[in-house]
Amino acid sequence: MSTPDRSPRPPRDARHAWARLLRAGTPSRSRSNILVMVLAIALGFAIIAQVRQTSVQGLETLREDELVRLFADVDQDGDRLASEIRDLQTSLQLLESRSTGEEEAQRAAKERVDALGILAGTAPAVGSGITLRIDDPQHTVPATILLDAVQELRDAGAEAIQVNDVRVVANTWFADTRDGISVSGVEVRPPYVLRVIGDSNTLAGAMQIPGGVTATVRRVGGEASVDIRTRVVVDALLSVSPPRYARPVPTTTP
Amino acid sequence: MIPAIGLAIGIVVGLLLQPAVPVWLQPYLPIAVIAALDAVFGAVRAILDGIFSDKVFVVSFLSNVVVAAFIVFLGDKLGVGSQLSTGVVVVLGVRIFSNVASIRRHLFDA
Repeated sequence: MSTPDRSPRPPRDARHAWARLLRAGTPSRSRSNILVMVLAIALGFAIIAQVRQTSVQGLETLREDELVRLFADVDQDGDRLASEIRDLQTSLQLLESRSTGEEEAQRAAKERVDALGILAGTAPAVGSGITLRIDDPQHTVPATILLDAVQELRDAGAEAIQVNDVRVVANTWFADTRDGISVSGVEVRPPYVLRVIGDSNTLAGAMQIPGGVTATVRRVGGEASVDIRTRVVVDALLSVSPPRYARPVPTTTP
Repeated sequence: MIPAIGLAIGIVVGLLLQPAVPVWLQPYLPIAVIAALDAVFGAVRAILDGIFSDKVFVVSFLSNVVVAAFIVFLGDKLGVGSQLSTGVVVVLGVRIFSNVASIRRHLFDA
């Protein structure tokens, strides 16, 4: 906006223009003024209507080429989303197979722990097998016979053995004492009852072969009886202390 | 003064009533609004030039609106609707700009 003083034209010119504008806009009850008013109201109304329409415009006012472009856009979006779905499904399958693989590994590890627990005597075991009862009224059965019996049972495929309340494992030892037999330092008194899990017929046969355990016990003055059972419980446990010197050899494969 | 009051009343009424534009009118209303604005600016300029006539304003207002709507209608029928709408908007925009420039010269001497 420039100041009238500095303009090349005389200032009254602009003042005349403003006056003319005001005079034209002065309210009067002439017909033309009313008509102008009506037209102005219609224009204001139409502007607002159009502004609102533009802000809520749907598809129906679009032209053909715009619709074609929109359609192409939607098509492209659909393709892109479909490929995204495929990708995600692939990764879902990958993750699922990986998790089942982990479950498998966990199950295998658990089986291994169970097997090792039975082998090391840290887990109770149950299954078919035999009980071998050795009566020794005159204390004439030495530890060697018991050791022989255990060796014989192992040869016959015994998987878990217990002498009275002592579990027999790889490093179990037998020694004679005054009143009975020491099994890994635990005093065991007659009658000795061996509970053995394994193939019962094979175990029973191994005990009763001529010159075997039964015959030897009878020869030294004791009495041995074998009982085949479908359910033998070996529930004596050993506590295993971690080895002080031996370490597992590191391997890359689990 | 009268047209400004009328415009304000129209805007307020429009805001209060929240009108929905009928479907048959939708392609033509924007162009018609631009044409009406052109007529309004032309009228202001005519007032300042001292050649304003009520009859001319009313007729030019209505004919502008009708002709603009008709051109869009024709363009749609001929398959060049969007191009023709653009052309009409450009022409009316140029006219509005030149009218506003003239008005500014009258009112502000610049």
